[in-house]
Amino acid sequence: MSYDGLRSLLPKNDLLGFAVLALLLVVVLPLSLDIFRLNLVGKYLTYAFVALGLVLCWGYGGILSLGQGVFFGLGGYAMAMFLKLEASSPENTAIQSTPGIPDFMDWNQITELPWFWEPFNSLIFTVLAIVIIPSIFAYIIGVAMFKRRVGGVYFAIITQAVAAILTILIIGQQGYTGGVNGITDLRTLKGWDIRTDEAKYAFYFLCVFMLFVCLFIAQYVRKSKLGRLLVAMREMEDRVRFSGYDVSNFKIFVFCLGSAFAAIGGAMFTLQVGFMSPTFVGIVPSIEMVIFCAVGGRLSILGAVYGTLVVNWAKTTFSESFPELWLFAMGALFIAVVMAFPNGLAGLYNKYAAHHVEKLLGKKKGQSPDAKATVGTQGVAHERQ
Amino acid sequence: MFADYSTSELMSIFAMQGFAGLILFSVFVLMALGLAIIFGQMGVINMAHGEFMILGAYITYMTSNVFADYMPALFGSYFFVAMILAFIAAGALGMLVEWAMIRHLYHRPLDTLLATWGLSLILQQLYRTIFGAREVGVSLPDWLMGSIQLTDIVEVPINGIFVMTLAIGISIAIAALMYKSRWGIQVRSVVQNRPMAGAVGINTAKVDRLTFGLGCGIAGVAGSAFTMIGSTGPTSGQLYIVDTFLVVVFGGATSLLGTIASAFTISQAQSTMEFFLSGSMAKVLTLLFVVFILMLRPQGLFSLKMRK
Repeated sequence: MSYDGLRSLLPKNDLLGFAVLALLLVVVLPLSLDIFRLNLVGKYLTYAFVALGLVLCWGYGGILSLGQGVFFGLGGYAMAMFLKLEASSPENTAIQSTPGIPDFMDWNQITELPWFWEPFNSLIFTVLAIVIIPSIFAYIIGVAMFKRRVGGVYFAIITQAVAAILTILIIGQQGYTGGVNGITDLRTLKGWDIRTDEAKYAFYFLCVFMLFVCLFIAQYVRKSKLGRLLVAMREMEDRVRFSGYDVSNFKIFVFCLGSAFAAIGGAMFTLQVGFMSPTFVGIVPSIEMVIFCAVGGRLSILGAVYGTLVVNWAKTTFSESFPELWLFAMGALFIAVVMAFPNGLAGLYNKYAAHHVEKLLGKKKGQSPDAKATVGTQGVAHERQ
Repeated sequence: MFADYSTSELMSIFAMQGFAGLILFSVFVLMALGLAIIFGQMGVINMAHGEFMILGAYITYMTSNVFADYMPALFGSYFFVAMILAFIAAGALGMLVEWAMIRHLYHRPLDTLLATWGLSLILQQLYRTIFGAREVGVSLPDWLMGSIQLTDIVEVPINGIFVMTLAIGISIAIAALMYKSRWGIQVRSVVQNRPMAGAVGINTAKVDRLTFGLGCGIAGVAGSAFTMIGSTGPTSGQLYIVDTFLVVVFGGATSLLGTIASAFTISQAQSTMEFFLSGSMAKVLTLLFVVFILMLRPQGLFSLKMRK
């Protein structure tokens, strides 16, 4: 990309935001936190992938999906299946009645590796599957819904039902999926032990790197004509349709993109946390992921990352010291972010801090709040079904 | 899967599972009616609906304890008192919530979903703090215990019949209220055209509040009925919320008849399949079926033809 292209993709304000985030994630946090805490931050960041996808779908496209946990889970399970197969080599599982298959299958009297597990022996297939399977799944849902002009709350309820279905299926089919415990006891990646501190550092930086890749893609979408069209559609879908655009295709695309982000997050989660279970797939985690996005500001892609970090940090701190208060705090957060701060942290930043920052940078005052802020306030006030 | 059973056994199985399905149907109807009023008529997604139901269940639990301790002679009739109290409590809480939260969010339907989800988290934790995390059950009065033997294999529990009667009675009452009373006409006119309804002198804000309160109140009664067939825990409401939303959407959100028809279809499908498959697969297949039908027919089974 040429220099001019880069400048239009990342105007000065956004560049500063990206740089600050990069500094925080790449330099400040790894130097100031021990590996346990850094691993936690890495785990939180995997949710930021989902929140980022939701910014595009919900904030820009006006499509609220309450089933992002499905895609997070699909990505996470794909990764976990590969690692589990590697951990279940015939030597490691010699004590089982059928060596060479994952332990939970053996416990459930399954004697042969199911066909859909077979391809996950290959790392290349797994990496492709992490992105492609959830995208195809999202594409099917998207085509079925958006081509028929189903949107708004109906879409939210149906995606929620999909999340419920997948959770029940995973828990019910214990022999094929590990059931409610999920896929646990993952050990090595191509012979490299993933449980060491060294591996945890490596995965943290890999996660940050992937997050920035996704952030740049999101920024590209936001600045492109597609981003403008998404906003236009959210504000007044019929006018966009009458202007000759096929509205549903844009929605399907952004929904698939969001689900691919979520799936990458899920795979990163498995790598860093070392297991995957249906608790990250269902309705409750899916709605929690929406709140990460809402707290960060539903129109701000960087806000999604900060929102996720802040909410999860609060969750960990609260549940360590006052486990009972956490649900109250979480509930209050949902209500507050909807009623009082619909633009989240990014909205607060634009309102109170942005002009100070600009003053510090020695800019003229008149130029201040960029298009994002203006679009933001209107966007939330005019949200339609 | 049918081959292992003789025809008469199959008939009995269908009859028994059909009846079990009818009990599920009653719970669905009671919950979905409240939701259909709130969602169908007002367009508000109330994710805390299950918690309103559980409020009714806890009120019933408390009332039964009070009756058992102070008025053992009247224990047989505590349920009717509990039901009225549950309606009033859930309805009052609903009106409070409408006043404090929902009325500010009418033009942002997706946001009501998040806000009411927050409310449901708070209520769940509140129940856990007050009543403990363990599930509580009520003791049934004598006249609700036992069952009626129909044939050798088929046997129907009396509490099931009672819950079903209650569901039918309440459905009829709601239908009468919505389609025969002056208030029902006001509600429907506000739904169809809010500015015009306001222009002809209907206090739309008041109608909204009462409608929301009524929907929540019915959820409270549903909770009351729920205690007859199951035990109550802080998160029991959440288990039903997705099913109930699907019932409402599947039926066509604006049609009460559709809600009842879809509650019947879903509950019967689920309970019949449960006998032949595992419970989880029955649920998966039912939900998949509903989602599939909704993809083909997004407006639901029965829909109101309306220009938008």
